[in-house]
Amino acid sequence: MAANSIKHLFAPAVAAVALLALGAAAVAGPKVDSWQTGGGAKVMYVHAPDLPMVDVRVVVDAGSARDGELAGLARFTSAMLSEGAGDWDADTLAERLESRGIELGSSSLRDMAWVSVRSLVEPDVLDVALDTLRTVLAAPRFDAAAIERVRQQMQIGLRRALQSPGSVAQRRFYRTLYAGHPYAHPPGGEQASLAAIGVDDLRRFHATHYVAANAVVAIVGAVDRAAAERIAEQVTGGLAVGQKAPPLPPVPTASGAELRESFPSSQTHIYVGQAGMSRHDPDYYPLYVGNHVLGGGGLVSTLGDEVREKRGLSYSVYSYFSPMRVDGPFLMVAQTKNEQADKALQVMRETLQRFVEQGPGDKELEDAKQNLIGGFPLRIASNGKIVEYLAMMGFYDYPLDHLDTLPGKLAAVTAEQVRDAFSRRIVDAAGIAVIVGGAATGDDSSG
Amino acid sequence: MPGFKPLISYVTGLLLLAGSAAAAVSEHELGNGMKVIVKVDSRAPVVVTQVWYKVGSSYEPDGITGISHALEHMMFKGTRDVAPGEFSRRIAALGGNQNAFTGRDYTAYFETLAAEHLDTALELEADRMRNLVLDADEFAKEIEVVKEERRLRTEDRPSGMVYEQFNAVAWRASPYRNPVIGWMNDLDNMTIDDLADWYRRWYAPNNATLVVVGDVDPAEVKRLADKYFGAFEREDLTPPKPAAEPKQTGETRVEVRVPAKQPYLVMGFKTPKIGWAEQEWEPYALYVASSVLDGGSSARLARKLVRGSGIAASAGASYGAYGRLPGMFLLDGTPTDEHSVAEVEQALRSEVERLRTELIDEAELKRVVTQAVASKVYEADSLFNQAMEIGVLETVGLDWRLIEKEIDALKAVTPEQVRDVAQRYLINENLTVATLVPLPMDQKAPRAAVTGGRHGS
Repeated sequence: MAANSIKHLFAPAVAAVALLALGAAAVAGPKVDSWQTGGGAKVMYVHAPDLPMVDVRVVVDAGSARDGELAGLARFTSAMLSEGAGDWDADTLAERLESRGIELGSSSLRDMAWVSVRSLVEPDVLDVALDTLRTVLAAPRFDAAAIERVRQQMQIGLRRALQSPGSVAQRRFYRTLYAGHPYAHPPGGEQASLAAIGVDDLRRFHATHYVAANAVVAIVGAVDRAAAERIAEQVTGGLAVGQKAPPLPPVPTASGAELRESFPSSQTHIYVGQAGMSRHDPDYYPLYVGNHVLGGGGLVSTLGDEVREKRGLSYSVYSYFSPMRVDGPFLMVAQTKNEQADKALQVMRETLQRFVEQGPGDKELEDAKQNLIGGFPLRIASNGKIVEYLAMMGFYDYPLDHLDTLPGKLAAVTAEQVRDAFSRRIVDAAGIAVIVGGAATGDDSSG
Repeated sequence: MPGFKPLISYVTGLLLLAGSAAAAVSEHELGNGMKVIVKVDSRAPVVVTQVWYKVGSSYEPDGITGISHALEHMMFKGTRDVAPGEFSRRIAALGGNQNAFTGRDYTAYFETLAAEHLDTALELEADRMRNLVLDADEFAKEIEVVKEERRLRTEDRPSGMVYEQFNAVAWRASPYRNPVIGWMNDLDNMTIDDLADWYRRWYAPNNATLVVVGDVDPAEVKRLADKYFGAFEREDLTPPKPAAEPKQTGETRVEVRVPAKQPYLVMGFKTPKIGWAEQEWEPYALYVASSVLDGGSSARLARKLVRGSGIAASAGASYGAYGRLPGMFLLDGTPTDEHSVAEVEQALRSEVERLRTELIDEAELKRVVTQAVASKVYEADSLFNQAMEIGVLETVGLDWRLIEKEIDALKAVTPEQVRDVAQRYLINENLTVATLVPLPMDQKAPRAAVTGGRHGS
């Protein structure tokens, strides 16, 4: 019954190349301004006049890599910020924001911690938002009752994570890969370390790390440059100048391992990987684009094709590099019913091995580059996305024209560069496989 | 990102609170009954297209539960002219992303891409509306993927098990009792012929709404929609039987015993929704009630249960006004170590009792309205959410223009109306309670005891 044919849509390779070149030339990022506050915090700003709102995101080098002996200290500190600050207890603080429709959030991962606020641009409202953000950053109260409450919420969150075979596998992977390194432990901490953290630890962590020299302020919204300068001074005004956090140690060389752990689940979760790359890695673009072919493009990827499309082994299968301050992990992930875990693991390993040996095909690589370059406008299509980009760029010291030069860098990656980078960086002997799940019982009615 | 196909079983909160200027929306109906709704947002050279079908798990008879979702997976497996997986590859090569989701009342397919490629998205979507090839070998593999999805989201996830059992016992006749992903045994017995029949029944232009939001010219969208979808013939549709839920006459309880570390509780009161309420204001009053309990960290549950008494480590409330059939006012909670799940239940009941007996403060009401007004502005930052709320409303049989009336409707709610809906709907006769009772993690789950059946009274 269809009146249309789709056939003419299949563009010949020549047209695809032309499109790619056009895409690379045509895409430009938003105009980014940057300066330093009086106290030394770096500011990143984009003017977005269309909606009457402002996003401010303050990031500090205060993730779990700075926990020291007390795993979870960074996350605990971050969670305490909204539990009372200055003259306001948690109730008053929440009421102050929510009665004006202001949204406040804070969290942390391994490298960074952040506090974000979203407000209408209306002066009375915005001023309360900024004043509250300033106080939350500079003067959290660390009330005793709030500490105990947050401690238990984190302990319960941890127990919930341990109900999930995927979380258990991921934690074991990091612990094995990064043994002895600050990236080894989970940002949410462990039961014993959470129990041991006291008010002095929290105050010390906050005083050391929540300082202007260690902070980046990203601002996106309907405020002009002069207003943005005032905003940056206002929100960081309560912070001590302080010092930048010291460099992190290099990632240790892990030897290969295959770890199996039993879990009362119908599926087995598989995490296979090794040390990957850092934010400013010389192989960044070949590895990033290459992984998009391998397992970064969802269903349109080699892993998705081999594991899900061809064999129906897994619902969610993918691979990624997590670029961090020092080498973050490279990971392949899948989950399948217990009976076929070994088969899935084998397919994943063979797929990786073939990719490392042969690299991407020319057509696959061009398609991946077109997806990444052509999809770039989508990734900066909202204020919420732009403010995250700005914070990331500021935190990792990217040049201000990063968003403008990114498409060209992606376009320049060749199949040979990908093959070369993967063959040097993905070393079989360093591979760690963590396999968490139930026994293959054979009583699965759906088998 | 992994190839997730999000499975939205119900939309929480009043999904309502998004969207911006009404003037930017235009509506058009093709000659074959397909509706086209366009909202212009020119902040970035990007477009979101969504094709919504009026079919989902609430349309499914027993025995083939999960078929709408399984068919959604098969919609990526090729047509007469497009090879399996080619749809995804073509959109990806244009820099786009695409996926689909199935809910109780809808199945929707979407593409996000540079506005210049709108033509391709519509051509491909039109093709698979009518030309899908349902291949038995492809289905044999894909149904295994769907079962893996079920294991991931439900079987091995204690909270997923609790929600599934909660719905299964709360609803006697309403098809909302079945999980969107389907019961495992139904997936085991599903055939390619079942899918072919389901596709024929529901994938027709007069059962679909095209929503386009982004940097587009409405006249051009209309022209392209007519070009690609306009030639399809209208089909005779047989709507599902009402399957109205009989009046509940007492509290229903269910326990879910699975390996877990943390107890948990879900409670739900059957409530009317927009189009089904005795008075038009009732759904808005129920939304205010849910926001008084859980409209952020200053709301009653966080203030009293989490910070005040310290009974709950977390507690929440939500109400969905927009569904094809009446839904629920939901509460949930996790106890702190010093307290039991029974104490959390009691504390939540006390908060509901307070809604029935006392008037909410004017300040609380004002806070809820202020948050709603701000949310409207914030949500306009997302093209996808703007398209989503239009698509949901149209597909559940409501008018998308309700979005524009929400703020005024909320402003008109009085403390007396909130007390009134609490007295009439948030009562024990309407209540279902599901609790997660953790079993030790080191023993195998007695799965047979908790899958497939309906428990409780």
